[in-house]
Amino acid sequence: MSEPKGRGAAWTEERGARNERTSDEGRLRLKSGPEASEPVLKLSGVAVDYGRRGQRVRALDGVDLTVGRGEIVGLVGESGCGKSTLARAAVGLEPLEAGTVTFEGHEVTPLGRRRRPGFLRGLQMVFQDPYESLNPRRKVGELIADGVRLGGGSRAEGDKRAAELLDRVGLPASAADSYPHEFSGGQRQRIAIARTLATRPSCLIADEPISALDASAQAQIANLLSELVDDGDLGLVLVSHDLSVVRQVADRVAVMYLGRIVEIGGTGTVWASPRHPYTEALVAAIPRADGAGVLPTDLPGDVPDPANPPSGCRFHPRCPIAQDRCRELDQKLAPVAGREIACHVRAPAPEPVADGAA
Amino acid sequence: MNALLQVEGLTVALPTRSGYQKAVDDLSFTVDAGEMMGIAGESGSGKTMTALSLFGLLPHGARVTGSIRLDGTELTRLTGKQLRAIRGRQIAMVSQDPTAALHPILPIGTQLTEHMRYHLGVSKAEAMSRAAALLETVRIPDPEQALRSYAGQFSGGMRQRIAIAVALAAEPRLLVADEPTTALDVTVQAGILRLLDRLRRERGMAVIVITHDLGVMSATARRLAVMYAGRLAEAGPTAELLGRPRHPYTRGLLDALPHPEALEAGGARLVPIGGSPPSLGRVPDGCPFHPRCTYAQPSCATSRPEPIPVAEAHLLACPPDPLRAAS
Repeated sequence: MSEPKGRGAAWTEERGARNERTSDEGRLRLKSGPEASEPVLKLSGVAVDYGRRGQRVRALDGVDLTVGRGEIVGLVGESGCGKSTLARAAVGLEPLEAGTVTFEGHEVTPLGRRRRPGFLRGLQMVFQDPYESLNPRRKVGELIADGVRLGGGSRAEGDKRAAELLDRVGLPASAADSYPHEFSGGQRQRIAIARTLATRPSCLIADEPISALDASAQAQIANLLSELVDDGDLGLVLVSHDLSVVRQVADRVAVMYLGRIVEIGGTGTVWASPRHPYTEALVAAIPRADGAGVLPTDLPGDVPDPANPPSGCRFHPRCPIAQDRCRELDQKLAPVAGREIACHVRAPAPEPVADGAA
Repeated sequence: MNALLQVEGLTVALPTRSGYQKAVDDLSFTVDAGEMMGIAGESGSGKTMTALSLFGLLPHGARVTGSIRLDGTELTRLTGKQLRAIRGRQIAMVSQDPTAALHPILPIGTQLTEHMRYHLGVSKAEAMSRAAALLETVRIPDPEQALRSYAGQFSGGMRQRIAIAVALAAEPRLLVADEPTTALDVTVQAGILRLLDRLRRERGMAVIVITHDLGVMSATARRLAVMYAGRLAEAGPTAELLGRPRHPYTRGLLDALPHPEALEAGGARLVPIGGSPPSLGRVPDGCPFHPRCTYAQPSCATSRPEPIPVAEAHLLACPPDPLRAAS
């Protein structure tokens, strides 16, 4: 346990107020120290294009998002909604077509041939599949010590810190001498997390970190991530298609549809009373393990082809409450009932933006 | 009531470096016609090996003992040729990964009609029109066009619908769905679960759903069997098992799930089951769950619990039964 504790205690007290936080408060961040007023990670107007058969496909279309220290921001949506693209763009794995990503005041530059600049070492990613993200031919201790050595630490420091970090993620120090294949999926994900912690990060981006794991390991890893955020005063972006886990651990949740955020707010607020029709559909589709035998509600249709997005509100072809203007006019996020949503019907904006202006 | 599928004392032993190890150990269950039954458990609990044993598709060298009777026919004694007449025709499988289940460079139409022509002996034209109707049943838009398309041209949810259509092609009486929605989004999952339930009702088809997701079970299965380390831990009506679990492992699986109620009560932590499931060949003596069980007693480490009836159609393999009072 040698995480930078700093204001850890203060933040633990504040966790009690987590679920009451609205999106507005989230954007400004609660102030518990001078540096806490500044979000650790800030995305403004981020757009990412993919090339597909000579076509430009906009995978991420003008997304704004902030992550504070000690805060977990959940990112949910169907596959193809751009949540993984957002995660990758946030750490510089995807070049941006527009907008900026700022980490601790520095602009995040896309990954190139050269090594990442030192100030980006505090921004780390946890990948989905711990079977692929760990080098099978190197011992666990070496994998973790790499992060320390890259930061200028000696080999001895690396080994010492590897033992500490293994302890931090709930593995015995003896694990350092084993190879990744000797561990289960949940244990491997712990190792992968220990490795990201070696650089003493202030922000973690976790892309579906528990999706490849067993039910009981999922709960363990979700709890571990949650504890790290509390103790280490980290910011965490948690991408997951498992809505119930996001609900359980995230402070704020951003719901994405076809490259845009359609609803963002405090997790409790959004879940208790989703306002965007898409969020409503997502919540209604979660099957409940209550033995009542109620089938979850279907949302007909698939996510449209991002190369050819629908006009106006992108959700309108699947939306049960769509009106004429939804087909024609684009909508931006507007505050309503303690969160922000992009919906003409539920949150009519004074000046709607014409389609294509984003 | 005569069960469509009767599995009795099924044991599957797999060859490992340390000799044969039991992946499924003395498992018994039945499935009625037109019923959806669930098998739950973590990876390594033997759910998938159980499914594969129904099809005679176990890994090379596997030893099967016990009995698997489908409508009176003993499947474990059939030859390869006899099994081929049953696979697809009587029992069909939908796997977790529709991308692997569908051939990438054969048109969907060919894959759908293959079963029909082999098992039902219908003409090519007749098979094609049946295939189009099947795609319509699983709600694929523009079936005629889809028949000429390839798997890669569809989204994950659509592929799983197509894989289900392929499984249904020869009108099987039992569909085994192994984690059918694990790789899918919740919205798509909801659609697939509704589809399976509709097919069960409309066709009187029996369905075995295998999943670690108790939410999925709760939505679809009438009865549930919870497996741990290749053995039956608890089985019974879904509402009873999930509402008043008697086995500490069932309880643990439920506690590991995020609960809206717990969140509202201020408990933001999930309650994981400590430790991890035993790997093949390292199954503890006595009750296989005892090293992870918070209620374990000394006797749990030595005597092997057998599933015994504790209520109407409710089997429990936990002699101390610590949760009896709670239920």
